[in-house]
Amino acid sequence: MLRYTLLRVLGAIPTLLLVIALAFLMVHAAPGGPFDDERALPADVAANIERAYRLDEPLPRQFARYLSGLVRGDLGPSYRYRDYTVSELIGAAFPLSLQLGAMAMALAIVVGVCAGTVAALQQGTYLDRTVMAFSMTGISIPVFVVAPVLVLFFAVKLHWLPAGWSSSAGASRMVLPVITLALPQIAYIARLTRASMIDVLGRDFIRTARAQGLGTLTVVRLHALKPAMLPVLSYMGPAIAAIVTGSVVVEEIFGIPGLGQFFIRAALNRDYTLVLGIVVFYAALIVLLNLIVDVLYGAIDPRVRYR
Amino acid sequence: MTHTRKLAAQALFVALLLVLLGGCSERSVDAGLVLQRGLPADPESLDQHKARSIQAADVLRDIGEGLVGYSPTGLLMPAAAERWEVSADGLTYTFHLREQARWSNGDKVTAGHFVFGLRRLVAPATGAFYANLLAAVVNAPEIVAGELPVDALGAEAPDDLTLVLKLARPTPYLLSLLAHPSTFPLHPASVAKFGERFARPGKLLSNGAFVLQAWVPGSLLALRRNEYYWNNAATALDGVNYHVVIQDSAELNRYRAGELHVTSTVPPDNFAGLRAQYGSELHVAPYLGLYYYGFNLLREPFKSNATLRKALSMAVDREMLAEKVLGRGEAPAYSFVPPGVDNYLPTVFSFTPLTKHERETLARRLYKEAGYGEAKPLKIELRYNTSDTNKKIAVSIQSMWRDVLGVETTLINEEFQVLLANMRDAEVTQVFRSSWIGDYNDAHTFLSTLQAGTATNMPRYASADYESLMKRAAEQVDLGRRRLYLEEAERVMLADHPVIPLYFYVSRHLVSPKVGGWGDNVLDYHYSQHLSLSATD
Repeated sequence: MLRYTLLRVLGAIPTLLLVIALAFLMVHAAPGGPFDDERALPADVAANIERAYRLDEPLPRQFARYLSGLVRGDLGPSYRYRDYTVSELIGAAFPLSLQLGAMAMALAIVVGVCAGTVAALQQGTYLDRTVMAFSMTGISIPVFVVAPVLVLFFAVKLHWLPAGWSSSAGASRMVLPVITLALPQIAYIARLTRASMIDVLGRDFIRTARAQGLGTLTVVRLHALKPAMLPVLSYMGPAIAAIVTGSVVVEEIFGIPGLGQFFIRAALNRDYTLVLGIVVFYAALIVLLNLIVDVLYGAIDPRVRYR
Repeated sequence: MTHTRKLAAQALFVALLLVLLGGCSERSVDAGLVLQRGLPADPESLDQHKARSIQAADVLRDIGEGLVGYSPTGLLMPAAAERWEVSADGLTYTFHLREQARWSNGDKVTAGHFVFGLRRLVAPATGAFYANLLAAVVNAPEIVAGELPVDALGAEAPDDLTLVLKLARPTPYLLSLLAHPSTFPLHPASVAKFGERFARPGKLLSNGAFVLQAWVPGSLLALRRNEYYWNNAATALDGVNYHVVIQDSAELNRYRAGELHVTSTVPPDNFAGLRAQYGSELHVAPYLGLYYYGFNLLREPFKSNATLRKALSMAVDREMLAEKVLGRGEAPAYSFVPPGVDNYLPTVFSFTPLTKHERETLARRLYKEAGYGEAKPLKIELRYNTSDTNKKIAVSIQSMWRDVLGVETTLINEEFQVLLANMRDAEVTQVFRSSWIGDYNDAHTFLSTLQAGTATNMPRYASADYESLMKRAAEQVDLGRRRLYLEEAERVMLADHPVIPLYFYVSRHLVSPKVGGWGDNVLDYHYSQHLSLSATD
């Protein structure tokens, strides 16, 4: 297992290098630069600024400097947030995005699995159809529609929750963003669980368990839930990806200083170092997550481990 | 095995909980009277020389104080300097600083701190964005170009309370430049101690009404009262929270929810509805900003065809654009310099008094004279940066040009940085969208953008008459004569039609009835130190 893990980690290094090189070329190939603006600068002022931020160096040298910094864990200064380094910005933003994502994921799994199981057990009834109708709606309404509607209702009309992140220091500011982010995932997970649960409930070993006189709840808890979770577990990878991309919109609407918001703004502002830093960070994260999912899959299903 | 797995699961759960509960350290100012203001984006920096944007200047004007400042209604008034004298030739300004002025650590604010700040502004190593703001000061351009050392700058401090600025040419708007944050003083010891990081919360010293307490990039800037400020007794607020809200609709929701007292803007959609709903809370005021279309004068079909440019300009129904398409209080633009600029009366296009019908008839005739017609329609590309408002305007103008002249316009929307690069290269552009926001209250900030050789001259306008008039205006000490030259320069330029001015911007804010001391002004400056907050509505 250790050898396998080590090999996977080493194998990720060329992947990361390629990502860095491509991202570096792409941000520099995009038209415009970090200091372009409608109020164009006089030539000597622009030259002084480029020199101050070392953008006057040839590209290969900038790339070499970037790589050598990266090895030392230095992602460079941000061009847009000139008082901050990229590491500081990512360091502050990532825990927030992680917190938001983790809570949304937890909510999605708990609510999604419960709703899906209930729907499977009540297959064909009014309850089943209601759950499925809700989940269809959850999948089809985009986040940028859900978020303002929730804000309008819970913050503007009812004054129960804050409309924006910085207006409150308490946990209340988490509620709307987490719900917004979790809604489509709840819907997906509920549908997946329902389908998989119906399939599992029809298997022979479940019939055997029932024949032993076990009640429905015990059968589900002890025998059906675990095998029914396999498709949901496989969906975790795409779900995490969806939550990461969804957080970009949610963070912007609620004004949450998370990684997604910085990523978009950095790309639009041509903040080279911040874009690169976040790309490198995300790439490393994805490699890591893939590894974890593989290991988890092995832990839950012994057949995968021994194959 | 089961045991270790259980333990691992528990550890994972605890780690997750820690993640969920962590990162909640709080920092907003919430004691006393705290004003909650919206800010459309983070400042680039609170180092006044690395900052550039309008929102950065807004925050910096609360933290620092220049020699002069502006009243709520936009009138220049003494600030860090209590008085000043100008020599008869207009070339020497002597400022007398306030003896009581202090930094937020209690140190005295001295004339030397102003000199230090100004030298850092022009020093090439700083890479300051507004390095050329004080180009009129003796030797400033040479220092920016790296030809002279910084101590050659025409700024001296004969004693702690006297600052002398020597100019190379008369600059009647010098005082308004000295209200700009890049000319504010700097505390040399703190810059020496903290280096490039001196502008961070906890380190940044302020000589203005507020001190930076915290900055969470992408979210919040928290300012609290500066107890050492010389005029602290007059400051009503105990603190200001600037909330970074990028989307105007989100900002409106936060105002509605009572979380903001002042918004930085108002969404363009359903403006009439907002006006009806908010009445006097909605502040719409003329603003020193122009939205215009430029022609690429380096390439045909516009390079050598002023008649064609004029025809296109005349075919635009600016009233329709301002009132029907936008409908948010904007004024149709018939000049390049907006109304409301000090010491100036904008000259307008000669066709301004004509009726819509007369203008269109004349435009059609000019279009034919320029060599186009039904058989040979003009085919052009119009570039604008992606935004709903820009699109609406471009579509209207496309249809005006088609209906009046028969021009076939292709609309091309581009990401802002792409459009800027295209405008700069002047290779593919034909007609492009641009705008200008005045840096100071003087016609020069607008007219100088079209001077030959300046980087802001996107149409690449070049006219010997215009240059000589601008040069003569720059030599004048007498405001009245200077004004005549500037107005004549604008007239000459407008007759050449390098641009199509479309409308003048307005500033739009929602201001809670709890807020006192608010004044609308053309610069859209609203110092927090002039504002107050009542506990009830």
